[in-house]
Amino acid sequence: MSSPTSTPGRRKRNRDDIPATPKSTVSPPSQRRRGQDSSNGDLPAMPTSPATDIASPAVHDTSLFSSPKAPSHHLNALREVDMSSPLMYGTPSSRVEGTPRSGVGGTPARQRPDLGSIRKAPQVDLHSEPPSADGAVASEQALGQKLVIWGTDVNVGTCKEKFQRFLQRFIDPTSNEDENAGLDLNEPLYMQKLEEISVVGEPVLNVNCSHVQSFDADLYRQLISYPQEVIPTFDMAVNELFFERFPDSILEHQIQVRPYNALKTRNMRSLNPEDIDQMITISGMVIRTSQLIPEMQEAFFQCQVCAFSTRVEVDRGRIAEPAVCRNCNTTHSLALIHNRSAFSDKQMIKVQESPDDMPAGQTPHTTIVYAHNDLVDKVQPGDRINITGIYRAVPMRENPRQSNVKSVYKTHIDVIHFRKTDEKRLHGLDEDSDQKLFTEERVQILKELASKPDVYDRLSSALAPSIYEHEDIKKGILLQLFGGTRKDFSQTGRGNFRAEVNILLCGDPGTSKSQLLQYVFNLVPRGQYTSGKGSSAVGLTAYVMKDPETKQLVLQTGALVLSDNGICCIDEFDKMSDSTRSVLHEVMEQQTLSIAKAGIICQLNARTSVLAAANPVESQWNPKKTTIENIQLPHTLLSRFDLIFLMLDPQDEAYDRRLAHHLVALYYQSEEQIEEEFLDMAVLKDYIAYARTYINPRLNEEASQALIEAYVDMRKIGSGRGMVSAYPRQLESLIRLAEAHAKVRFSDKVETIDVEEAKRLQREALKQSATDPRTGFVDISILTTGMSATARKRKEEVAQALKKMIQSKGKTPAMKYQQLFDDLRGQSEAAITKDMFEEALRALADEDYLTVTGKTVRLL
Amino acid sequence: MPSSHDWINKPLGVVEAMFAQSNSNPEWEAKVLEYFKGQLKEKESHSWVPSLNDVPLHYLKPNSLVKFRCLVQDMFDPEFYMGVYETVDPSTKANVLRCGKYKDVTECGVDLNSRNTVTAERQTFYCVPIPGESPWAKEISFLSAARVVPSTSYVPSRQKRSYEEDDDDMDTQPQKQREPHTETPQIQPHGNGDSKRQETEAPSSQTTTPSDCSSHLDLNFPLPGERGPACLVKVYEGLDSFKLNDTLEIYGILSVNPVLTVLGEENMETPEEQRAHDPPASLVPRLHMLYARPLQHNNPLLPSAPTEDQSAFVSSFLVEMASVRAELLAYLTHVLLGDGLAAEYLLLHLISDVYTRRDVLPLGKFTLNLSGCPLNSYTERLYQIVQQLVPCSYRLSMSLHTMNSMRLVPKKDYVANRLVSGALQLARNTSLFLDETQLEQGQLDSSGVRNITALGNLISWQKVDYDFSYHQMEFPCNINVLVTSEGRSLLPSDCQVPLQPQVTPPNMEEYLTTIHMAQFTSQINKFRVYLSLARTLDYSISDEVTKAVEDDFVDMRKDDPQSVTAEDLHRMLVVARLLSLSLGQTTLSRDGWMRAKHIDMLRRSRTEQQKSLNGNEP
Repeated sequence: MSSPTSTPGRRKRNRDDIPATPKSTVSPPSQRRRGQDSSNGDLPAMPTSPATDIASPAVHDTSLFSSPKAPSHHLNALREVDMSSPLMYGTPSSRVEGTPRSGVGGTPARQRPDLGSIRKAPQVDLHSEPPSADGAVASEQALGQKLVIWGTDVNVGTCKEKFQRFLQRFIDPTSNEDENAGLDLNEPLYMQKLEEISVVGEPVLNVNCSHVQSFDADLYRQLISYPQEVIPTFDMAVNELFFERFPDSILEHQIQVRPYNALKTRNMRSLNPEDIDQMITISGMVIRTSQLIPEMQEAFFQCQVCAFSTRVEVDRGRIAEPAVCRNCNTTHSLALIHNRSAFSDKQMIKVQESPDDMPAGQTPHTTIVYAHNDLVDKVQPGDRINITGIYRAVPMRENPRQSNVKSVYKTHIDVIHFRKTDEKRLHGLDEDSDQKLFTEERVQILKELASKPDVYDRLSSALAPSIYEHEDIKKGILLQLFGGTRKDFSQTGRGNFRAEVNILLCGDPGTSKSQLLQYVFNLVPRGQYTSGKGSSAVGLTAYVMKDPETKQLVLQTGALVLSDNGICCIDEFDKMSDSTRSVLHEVMEQQTLSIAKAGIICQLNARTSVLAAANPVESQWNPKKTTIENIQLPHTLLSRFDLIFLMLDPQDEAYDRRLAHHLVALYYQSEEQIEEEFLDMAVLKDYIAYARTYINPRLNEEASQALIEAYVDMRKIGSGRGMVSAYPRQLESLIRLAEAHAKVRFSDKVETIDVEEAKRLQREALKQSATDPRTGFVDISILTTGMSATARKRKEEVAQALKKMIQSKGKTPAMKYQQLFDDLRGQSEAAITKDMFEEALRALADEDYLTVTGKTVRLL
Repeated sequence: MPSSHDWINKPLGVVEAMFAQSNSNPEWEAKVLEYFKGQLKEKESHSWVPSLNDVPLHYLKPNSLVKFRCLVQDMFDPEFYMGVYETVDPSTKANVLRCGKYKDVTECGVDLNSRNTVTAERQTFYCVPIPGESPWAKEISFLSAARVVPSTSYVPSRQKRSYEEDDDDMDTQPQKQREPHTETPQIQPHGNGDSKRQETEAPSSQTTTPSDCSSHLDLNFPLPGERGPACLVKVYEGLDSFKLNDTLEIYGILSVNPVLTVLGEENMETPEEQRAHDPPASLVPRLHMLYARPLQHNNPLLPSAPTEDQSAFVSSFLVEMASVRAELLAYLTHVLLGDGLAAEYLLLHLISDVYTRRDVLPLGKFTLNLSGCPLNSYTERLYQIVQQLVPCSYRLSMSLHTMNSMRLVPKKDYVANRLVSGALQLARNTSLFLDETQLEQGQLDSSGVRNITALGNLISWQKVDYDFSYHQMEFPCNINVLVTSEGRSLLPSDCQVPLQPQVTPPNMEEYLTTIHMAQFTSQINKFRVYLSLARTLDYSISDEVTKAVEDDFVDMRKDDPQSVTAEDLHRMLVVARLLSLSLGQTTLSRDGWMRAKHIDMLRRSRTEQQKSLNGNEP
C-alpha cells in the first residue's frame, strides 16, 4: 500500500506547486504518484469541506484491526481532511521555500509498506463525545480544540514537537552500543547520527526505544501502541529537522525512522491478540527466507481506446480495476501496463523462537515476518535476530463466491528493524546480546541468596545433587560455570587473557563423570556435549559446506565455536584422536580457532571453557603411576587445564556407607523432599547468568598481595629440592579461580578469602593429580613436562651407571643386548626394568655414545 | 441409555445456547467446559461417545462429539480466530452476535468491521493414534465401543465383509509398495478369526483427491506401516499443560466441513506447508477439544480414570497378584526355553517405568539385554509374545539396512514447517524391542552412526535429541528397551542376562505356537492387567530397610571393593523395587532385598561364566 504520508502530502504539494517541482513531472514512472494524474481527474469532483463526513468512515474503523478498512467512497472525503492535517511531509514552510532538490519537498518520500497505510486515519477531536455507531461528529467548531488521529490519543503536532526535542536533546553518556562507536557521548546522540546521515547519505535513522522511554515515557507509550501513526510523524519530524540543518544534502529518499529495542520485548510464545497492531520486539532464529516478491503498490492502467491512463493504488491487497474509462466512457477498456506500475520489494521470512525461550517438552513456535524494501535479504537462515516490527492479523478475505469464511486470522510481523544478535559474537563483547531480563523480584531473590555466608557451599551442593560427594570437584565446576573476569591486554601485545576455567576429570570408569558432564551441559545455555570417540577435528572446530540450494560455500561451526561463552563438555577425552586433540591447544589458551580451508580463512572466537573427562588407559586407575602415565595425554594439553581432578572410588567403609545412604535416598525420597533440600536448578541457572552478566570483580590490594605470596610460596616448595613447583600459568589460573569465587559472592572486589579458596582448591587438585607416586610429593612438573623430577633424575642415574659399566668392560665394539641388560641388572642395587634399561640406552644413543641395531649394541 | 443425547449429537447447540444466555459475559466458556466435564463424569457416559480410533470417519456425524485416543505428534503455531463475531442478515440488515469457538468456519455474512469482534487464540496439535498400539488393545477398545454407538448409524460387524474391506483388499498392493517396512502383525489368531484385519479408516491413497495424486500425503506416523486417522486438534484451554508425545484421550467436536479444503487462500505458505497444515478434512479431520484426559496407560482392560472404581479394581486385583505372577513367570519361562532366571528378569523389565528424574538421571529405567538368543526367527516369535502382553510395542530389527536408512529421530522439516516423525517418537511405556540378532557385519554410514547414538542416548538417559537442523532439542521419554542379541549387545544396557535354554525344541515355531495356543484369552488378559497395574503402584523404602541395605553394601564392599560398585547398587535398588512391585508389595522388605541380591548374584555369575567361555569379551 502506498505510503501513508506521501499520498495526501504529495497530492497537496503537487496541486499547489506543480510548476515548482519539475522533478516530479519528469520522474520515472515508478516514482510518480497518482496525485499527478488524479489531480486532473477526480479532484474537481471532490467536496471541499467534508468535515461532517468523517463520522461515516469512523464507524467502520472501530474494529480491532485498524488496518485500512475505509471504503473507497469515503476516500475523497478523507483526502480533504488530510490536507489540513499536519500529517504531511510538505509542511507550509517547506512548501514555500522548496527548491526542487533541497528541503523536504524535493526529496522523494519513500513508501513505507512496513507501516501499512494510514490514509484512512482522520483526526478527531478529543473533547468531542466519543464516536459511536450513530455517528458522532467532529465538527468544524472543534478545529480549535485538540486534534488527535482517529482511534488514538496521538496529536500530531505535539508528537512531532516532542520527537524533535528528543532528537535535539537526548544524551546518553553511558551508551556502550557498538553502533554509537565514534560518537561523542556527551553531545546529543541523534543529532550526530543525523550528521552521519548527511555525510554517508543513507537515509535511515535507527532509534533506540529505551532512549525514547527514558526521555518521554508518554511518547514511548504512543510509539508502542500506535506505531503506524506515530512513526510517520517521527519521519516527518526528523526530515524537517534534517533539511533545516543540512539544506544542501541530497538523499535518495526521505529519512525513515526505524525504532528498535521496544521494551515490550517478548518471546514469540507470549504474543497474544492484544499485541495486534502494536510495536513489538521479539528474538528468534531465521529458519527460512523466501524469494523476493515484487508487490504491486500502484497499478497503471491505460485505456485501449483513447490511451488515457490512470493509476490505482492497492487497497487491502487488491486492485480495483476501473470498469469505465473516465475520459472516453468506454467500459472495460482499461488494461494493466505492468512496466509502468509501481512495485516494492517484499520478502517472507520465517522465524523460529530460540531454544532458550521454550518450556521443556514443547515444540518451538514460528512466526511469519515480512521484510520490505531495503530490509529484504538482510538476514539468512540460521541467523539469530531481534526483530522490531508491527504485529498484524489479517482476517480471511471475503470471497464473493463463498458465503462463509474460515474464522482464522493470518498473523505476521511487518518488520521495521532487524538486529542480528550473533553478528556481534564474532566481534567480541556481547554483554547485551544475553539480554536475559531479570525481574526485580528475581534479582532480589538472587541477592538475598548471595548475601548468605554459605552461598558457596549451597551452590556447590545444588550442583548435580544426584551425584554423591566429590565436593571439591563440584566446587571446581561451580567456579568454572562462573568464570573469571575478562581482561583485555591487546594494547600491551598480549591479547585477551583467558577468563575461562578448564577442568579435566579423570578416574575410574563408572564414577559418574559422564553424568556430571551431562548435568553441566544441561545447565548452561550455550553448552555442547561431545564424546571424544565420536568427534573429529572438524566436528569440533568448523567445516566448510556447500549449500545445496545456493551453491554457496558456508562455514558450519562445530562444537567449540558453538559453545563460545559457554562450556564444551568432552567425554572420553582420552579416546580422541591426536589430530583432533591438537585443535584444542589453540582453543584452550588463545581462545580462538583459526580456519583455512576451501578459500575461507578466518579466525573465530571460541571463548569456551572445556570440561573434559578421561578414563585411565588401563581401565582401572593405577595409583603407582603418575597422572600422565595413567591417562596418556600430552602434557602440553594437560598444562592448559586449570584444575585436574581425580574421581576415584575411595574404597573406605565410611564413604561406602554414605554413598549407599545417598543412593537409597535417591530412589525413594519424594519429589518435595528433594526440592526442599536443594536449590532449584532454575535458581542456580539464573544465579549464574546474573553473576556472569553483571559482576566483574577486580583484585583489591590485599588480594593481589595474597596472590603474590601464594605464588612465591609455591615456587619455594620446589626450589629446595631442585624442582620447579609452579609456573606463571598456575598464577593465572589462581587469579581466575579467585575471581570466579568473588563472582559467586556477587562481590565486585576479589578479596583475600577468594584467594584462599582458590589456593585451597588448586592445592587439592594438585594433590590429587600431581603427586609423584614414588616420593609422595606434589610435583607440578608431572603436569608441565610429563615427568616428575625424581623420575628424570633416576633416568639419568641409570644411564650413567650403564655407561660406566660399558666403559669398565673395556674395548668391546659390540655387545649382546640381553647380556648387557642382565649385567646391568646384576650390578645395580635397585631393580631395573626393561623400560628403564631401554630408556638409558636411548639416552646414551642421544649422546652419540652407542647405537642399537636389533639385538646388538655397538659403541661409536 | 439416556433419552437425550443432544450433548453428544449436537454439542455445538449446547455451546451456542450457553453463549446466547451469557450476554457476552466471558464466564460462559468455563461453564461450557464444566458442563461437558460433568456429563462425561457420569457413569459410563464416556463410552457412549464414539471413538475416532474405532469408527471409520465417514460413519461419524459431523459436528458431533467424538473421542480420540492419541499421541501429540506435533504442535503447530498458535492461531488467532474470531471468538465472537457479528453477522449481518442481508435481508433484514439485523446484526447478530455469534460465537466462533469450536468452529472452523463462520456463518455467512460476517461483518469484518464490527467492533464487537473478539479475537481469541487457540493452538493446533497434530495427533496420531498411539504408535505401536497392540492389535489386542485396539480390538478390545473397539468391541467395548461397539456395544453402544448411539450416535452413528454404524454397526461394526466383524464377520461380514463390507464393501470397504473389499476396497481395502484391493488396495493392499500399492500400500505395500509404498511402505517397505510394513510389519503387519501376523499373530496367530487366538479365537477371533479375522482379528488382524482392523477396520480403520480407508487408507490415504484411496481418499486422496485426484489433484493430490502426484504428491502423496504423508500422515506422519512415527512408525512405518501404521494406519488410522490422524487428527488436527484445536486446543483452547490450558495450552501449557500439554507436551509433545503426551498420550491423551480427547473429547471434542468433530469438524469435517469440506469447505475447509476448498478455502485455500493464496498466501505465502509453500505447497508443502499447506499440505501439512491444511490437509483435506476428509482425511485428517479437525477436532475441537472440549475435554482431554491424559492417559496413564492405554490398556483397555483397566479402568482408565483414577476414580473410585479404579482403586476398588486395584485392591481386588492385588489379592491375586502373586498367583498371576507365578503363572506369568511359568509362561515366560516356557517361552524363554525353560530359563527361569531370564523369565524373572523379563518380567521385571516389562513392569519397569521411569518414575522420576533427578537432574539428568532417570530413575527406574531397566533396559534388559537378553543375550545368547537362538537365531532363526526366535526373536520375532518372542516379540509377538511380548506384543500380546503389553498394550504398546514396536520391534526394531537392527539390520544394517534399517539402521542406515531408517529415520529414528524426529526431524523438523522447515519447508513444510512440521516435525517429521521418527521411530523413537513413542508414547510412554512403549516396549521397544531391539533385535540385534538381525545385525550383520558391514559398514554403518553416518546416519547409521547417528541412529546408534540415538539408541544409546535413549537407553542411558531416556531422552531423544530431536533434530531441529540448527540445533537439537532434548525430549525426555519413558521407553522400555529390550535388546536381544547373540553376544553382548553393542548398545549399553542396565542389565545383561545370557539366555541358557534348558530345552531345545526341534521345531521352534511349533514349540512357541503351542505354548501360545495353550493360554486362554482370559489368562492372557490377566497377564495384561497385571503388567499394567504393577507399574502404577506406589513404592517406598522404610528407614529400617534403608539401614539394612546400607550395611549390606558396606559389607559387600569390605570383601572385595572391585566386585560391587555404585553402579551395581543402582541396579540392585531398581531390581529390588521391581521385584517388590511385581509381588504387589509397595514397600521394600528385607526379604525382598535379599531376593533382589540373590537373583542379581545368579545373573552375574552367569555373565562371568560366559565371559570366560567366550574369552574375547573386553
